[in-house]
Amino acid sequence: MKFSVTVTLKKDVLDPQGKVIKNTLNDMGIKNLNNLRQGKYFEIEVNETNLTLAEKTVNEMCKKLLVNLIIEDYKINKI
Amino acid sequence: MKITDHIVEKHGLSLNEYKEIKRLLDREPNLLELGIFSAMWNEHCSYKSSKVHLKKLPTKGKQVIQGPGENAGVIDIGDDDAIVFKIESHNHPSFIEPYQGAATGVGGILRDVFTMGARPIALLNSIHFGSPKHFKTKSLLNGVVSGIGGYGNCIGVPTVGGETKFNKTYNENILVNAMAVGHVKKNKIFYSKAKGINKSVIYVGSKTGRDGIHGASMASAEFDENSDEKKPTVQVGDPFTEKLLMEACLELMQDNSIISIQDMGAAGLTSSSVEMASKGGLGIELDLDKIPCREENMTPYEMMLSESQERMLIILEDGKHQKSKEIFDKWDLDFIKIGKTTSTNNLTLKFNKKIVGEIPIDALSNQAPMYNREWKSRKVSKFNFNFKDFKKIKLEDALIKILTSPNHSNKDWITNQYDQSVMCDTVQKSGSDAAILRIHNKDKAIAVSVDSSANYCKSHPFSGGKQIVCENWRNLISVGAKPLAITNCLNFGNPENKEIMGEFADCLEGIKLSCEFLKYPVVSGNVSFYNGTNKKNIYPTPVIGGVGLIRKLSKPLNHIFQKEQSNLILIGKTFGHIEQSCFLKEIYSLDEGLPPEINLLNEKNNGECVLKLIEKKLVLSAHDVSDGGLLIALAEMAMSSNYGAKIKKPKNLTNLFKYFFGEDQARYILEIEKKHCSKVEKILKDNNIYYENIGFTQKEYFEIESELKISIKDLFKINNQWYNNY
Amino acid sequence: MRSSVIVFPGSNCDRDIAVALKKMQFKNQMVWHKETVLPKSDLIVLPGGFSYGDYLRSGAIAGKSLIIEEVIKAAKAGCFILGICNGFQILTETGLLKGTLLRNKNLRFINKDVQIKVINNKTNFSNKYKKDQILKINIAHNEGNYFTDPSHLEELRKENLIIFKYCDVKGNIDESSNPNGSLENIAGILNSNKNILGMMPHPERMTDEMISNNDGINLFSSLLN
Repeated sequence: MKFSVTVTLKKDVLDPQGKVIKNTLNDMGIKNLNNLRQGKYFEIEVNETNLTLAEKTVNEMCKKLLVNLIIEDYKINKI
Repeated sequence: MKITDHIVEKHGLSLNEYKEIKRLLDREPNLLELGIFSAMWNEHCSYKSSKVHLKKLPTKGKQVIQGPGENAGVIDIGDDDAIVFKIESHNHPSFIEPYQGAATGVGGILRDVFTMGARPIALLNSIHFGSPKHFKTKSLLNGVVSGIGGYGNCIGVPTVGGETKFNKTYNENILVNAMAVGHVKKNKIFYSKAKGINKSVIYVGSKTGRDGIHGASMASAEFDENSDEKKPTVQVGDPFTEKLLMEACLELMQDNSIISIQDMGAAGLTSSSVEMASKGGLGIELDLDKIPCREENMTPYEMMLSESQERMLIILEDGKHQKSKEIFDKWDLDFIKIGKTTSTNNLTLKFNKKIVGEIPIDALSNQAPMYNREWKSRKVSKFNFNFKDFKKIKLEDALIKILTSPNHSNKDWITNQYDQSVMCDTVQKSGSDAAILRIHNKDKAIAVSVDSSANYCKSHPFSGGKQIVCENWRNLISVGAKPLAITNCLNFGNPENKEIMGEFADCLEGIKLSCEFLKYPVVSGNVSFYNGTNKKNIYPTPVIGGVGLIRKLSKPLNHIFQKEQSNLILIGKTFGHIEQSCFLKEIYSLDEGLPPEINLLNEKNNGECVLKLIEKKLVLSAHDVSDGGLLIALAEMAMSSNYGAKIKKPKNLTNLFKYFFGEDQARYILEIEKKHCSKVEKILKDNNIYYENIGFTQKEYFEIESELKISIKDLFKINNQWYNNY
Repeated sequence: MRSSVIVFPGSNCDRDIAVALKKMQFKNQMVWHKETVLPKSDLIVLPGGFSYGDYLRSGAIAGKSLIIEEVIKAAKAGCFILGICNGFQILTETGLLKGTLLRNKNLRFINKDVQIKVINNKTNFSNKYKKDQILKINIAHNEGNYFTDPSHLEELRKENLIIFKYCDVKGNIDESSNPNGSLENIAGILNSNKNILGMMPHPERMTDEMISNNDGINLFSSLLN
């Protein structure tokens, strides 16, 4: 079973990279860009047929390693 | 919102303190005002438990331009040059999020230095972790080291020195102390004291987000199991923006537009505005609608208490707005007038055209509580180590065991992650007794070193305090610098505990004595209490950062053997004080007994005479003898060079281990070229200095007469072993 | 010789290179990245540092700044371009040099003195060095691990465009003397016209005996030659 995990900084946490990227795009002439936050993306394949169990495993990976829960949020999607 | 006892306690204020707030205001505060009081009255900003003792420290001297109380201390290094420096802790945030905690610690201390008009020229650090075996240690260590490097490397200030130590006392409460050193022209120093009424108050730098709200209170509260819940308050550092802010501020400081300037550190806008007004004896009015916010719907409470990084507050001279704004525009930074100075002596906060808070400045600063907390000196238990009671060990095995221990192993794997060379004035990188930085475009230099000795301070706080100032002094002497002044970061446990307060008082008494005797004043510093978890307090760990001057820079001096067949002279007397030594700790896991005694008179005479010899260019290399004693000091000199040494057995002291591993103070090892020996010995005799000829340098092998012989290559390998296997 | 040092927000070796250029008698000017006109220059330097905080990818955002258009024009007209460290990263991001710089293989920032060997001394940047001369030089980077596709690598080899390779004190070029995982130990390369040099080590840090050595001086004197 395949999943994608998107990790982004929590809503109120400063995103220095996102800020610089946004300003640069603005400067390059893209004027209707309002906000931009950057993050990480993982594609994960697990050997599991039960969706609930598979999701549980991915969730565990996120909590244990992939995500810095102090400053980051994450979303899991089945793909 | 009604202020309940629960809310008061949540703000880290005692009910008595709350009573005092009501008395000072003559009414109940609203939540915003309570938040502001809590930020200003907490330990971190008010120094309420430490002030009584800090006042005793010597802070004056003809080299001192500015002592404690400003963003950083300033000393005179001759001509029109001054050095600005300070050390600060970022312990609690670093334990919660090591990378960001350490990074923002570096960012904060850099701002303290460039706020005063100085261009930062060096960063140092003192980092302490729990036992390497503790499950959290490795990730904390890696996180802190990358955080320090990440910030310093990016902003382009060399990280040139520091110390990394391990001790189980820090298992649940690591220490991350960062020191910054800057250079400024004497007539271009900027202070935080506001002057003049109706002057513009300008906000510059990053926008305000909900970062670190209550960070300052957190830094002053003991950890408990729930400290995980406090996590979202950790700020994220943005070294790129800080670099822009630094360049913009330094550019603006070229002329006289700035009346006063203060960085927004702990307690952000609150402490910066209150401090500026308080020092100037003025009021300040802020229009919170003008604050550049990063998030939507931020409340006045959040704006005033946010600890978003990379921000400054400036009080600007009339008629300078446009020109100053252009500079910040160039660097893509906000430059916004958010208020003005007033004659009311109040902090007045407006939001949506209404006054939402009004507090007398004095109530927040001078009227803040000051405690003369009860304290008692701990009883010290004597302990005399007797070799007969313990298993025998060979000298060689003891040496190897110490050199492979986490505390004594080579730390290049850390310092190689820091850019030590950027700015092209690093004459001597870390790894020696002190780093040397050339003053840009001049032929003089400063030496800097950071030191601590928690074990000594734990076993006897008074002697420990005395010792650590001396050790720092020796480290500067050993590279040929005249020690000028220090900054201190006082890391202690819970001050409400009498014994901890006793450790603090005693350590400070020791620091005071040494500083007075050596004419080595304290010009800046920081106190960090409540280091510990669930009533388990850390060892008292005062960290001393010293700055010395090398008036005329020639070939830099360090601890690396330079030649073969040169004589090795040990300055200072060896009594063989083995209690509290690294030998007993590493070999027998013993940490009982008293630290070595400090004889300040010897300390001063020996140091001054060594400096004289160095200045006369009679010394090839020099090293102070500290942690690990004579043998470790000699091994360190050999390992980093291409030469070994042959050392004689002692004549007087019968016990080899006491001789080679004893940690008697005021000692140095000097490498002297044969032809200079008689001259050197004459000078030593004329100055009544005790010395011994202990051997000479030789090719390849490190040797103790009929005891051990190891090739320096092997020694180097042994010393690098620990981390490779960690 | 006239030189221009481009200053990006976050550049931090701009002063260092300016000091070195001045010492070597270049008539140097600092050029802010928002400028749209480049002063007449024989040499343009993109200095080290963390332009735009290295955010997104090192050098990526600087590669989009206004002045870069002018740098590209000057490069095409034959002006010498020297990109050091972050400057090298910017050159690859703009396409002036092919390939890219990946994270160091140990995933850490590395600052230390290493050895490099002069592989090609018949260039305008290296004619004062001897062939196979070993230089001791400082590196300080997170992303210095040079990578390129096989056909470009072949071109680099054939056209003699690899100017410096990492080696050990004895001159051995192998994995143990490769500090960052760089392809074939590459430390610096030229474009096919040989007027653009990108290198990770910092020659400007090696022009003063008091702080290091003089191994970087000949790079600048080669240009003056």
